[in-house]
Amino acid sequence: MPVLIVLRTFPDLAVCEHCDSVYRRRTLASGQVARCDRCAAVLYRASSLDIDRWLALTIAAAIVFVIANVYPVVRISLQGLHNEATLWQSAAALAQGAAAPIALPAALSIIVVPFLQIALLGWLLLFARVGHRAPGFAPAMRLLVALRPWSMVEVALLGILVSVIKLSGFVQVLPGAGVWAVAALMVLITIIANRDIHLLWELTEQAPPDEASAR
Amino acid sequence: MSSAPRAHELGVIGCHGCGLVCEHPPDDLTHRHCPRCQAPLHRRRPDSITRTWALLVAALILYIPANLLPVMYTSMFGKVSESTIMVGVIEFWKAGSYGIALVIFIASVAVPCTKFLILGLLLVTAQRRSNWAVRERARLYRLVELVGYWSMLDVLVVAVVAALVKFQKLSDVEPRIGILFFGVVVILTMLSAMSFDPRLTWDTEKE
Ligand SMILES: [Zn+2]
Ligand SMILES: [Zn+2]
Repeated sequence: MPVLIVLRTFPDLAVCEHCDSVYRRRTLASGQVARCDRCAAVLYRASSLDIDRWLALTIAAAIVFVIANVYPVVRISLQGLHNEATLWQSAAALAQGAAAPIALPAALSIIVVPFLQIALLGWLLLFARVGHRAPGFAPAMRLLVALRPWSMVEVALLGILVSVIKLSGFVQVLPGAGVWAVAALMVLITIIANRDIHLLWELTEQAPPDEASAR
Repeated sequence: MSSAPRAHELGVIGCHGCGLVCEHPPDDLTHRHCPRCQAPLHRRRPDSITRTWALLVAALILYIPANLLPVMYTSMFGKVSESTIMVGVIEFWKAGSYGIALVIFIASVAVPCTKFLILGLLLVTAQRRSNWAVRERARLYRLVELVGYWSMLDVLVVAVVAALVKFQKLSDVEPRIGILFFGVVVILTMLSAMSFDPRLTWDTEKE
């Protein structure tokens, strides 16, 4: 067992991730952004969503995610023959021949990672609503931070659009219901997961988990 | 230049996991963990420069087969062809689809090449503790983080097209090995950018 030494912490300070400058935190008005004086990176933002709205948007994202994955994103027809593809079928189509391993990161970035982001946020927010930290709060928060760069819904949407244009030269192309859901998912994921997730630490601060005494 | 103190001057570290500012005296060399989220606390990411270089060089080497080998096999009414990324761009251009040619060119060629150059520049200047254009270099790093993953575009285009065009003898599209190399290049450059510690750009005091 590692020896636990309690470090002093300074919740009223903020350190710039990009250049290590230290600032005293200030309360921001809604929509304001605190920027680093030295390197101009964003330090922190004012919370523009309360937890209830955040949770509502996460549930909306979950619904849209299901639609985006169940319905085909594109349909094509050629000389009376029809074909269509869902997101999953697209990732699976890479899994043939020598290029097969690339299907895994493709499936992760357009399906698995967005799913995990929505599921983890939903879990955390359900508890945060009543002022608690969900079981597994810290690992879930760290995972959310780690997942963010690998979530590529917007790239998937552009990929679908480019494919449509690419194919429209020689087959008839129709958008499937899934593509509208992918577009909605892109917007919702950006709102719920790309914002300052650190805020959840502060929003649940009053009620520490205190696992030992909870039992 | 800004007057804000830097974390090591105050004996604190900002946690990478949750942003909490934790006490960390400069002479303390033990590995500490954030009391709030348990993430390990690092003054600078460990071996940042070596890791970033290693991943960048690996990406650069694989970028060669990614461009030389075909990414897609197409059979259309008995006519069979295999195309590389650049051939795909040129075909769009010749067919008059300038917009789409440009989008693919930017995502597959311009973005990866710019990433190679910027990361190389950031590494060399950080190693020399150069104080040349620090603000601009900090901006360049954020640009790399922002645009890097868009290069996955071509992988996803091949995926969607290969999933759709499945008409047996009439027409068929399959992925080819080049797209694997290309996808790995994108992942490696993303990992390389994540390994680079942007705080190194500001460590310009000579030791
Ligand atoms: Zn800064
Ligand atoms: Zn932490």
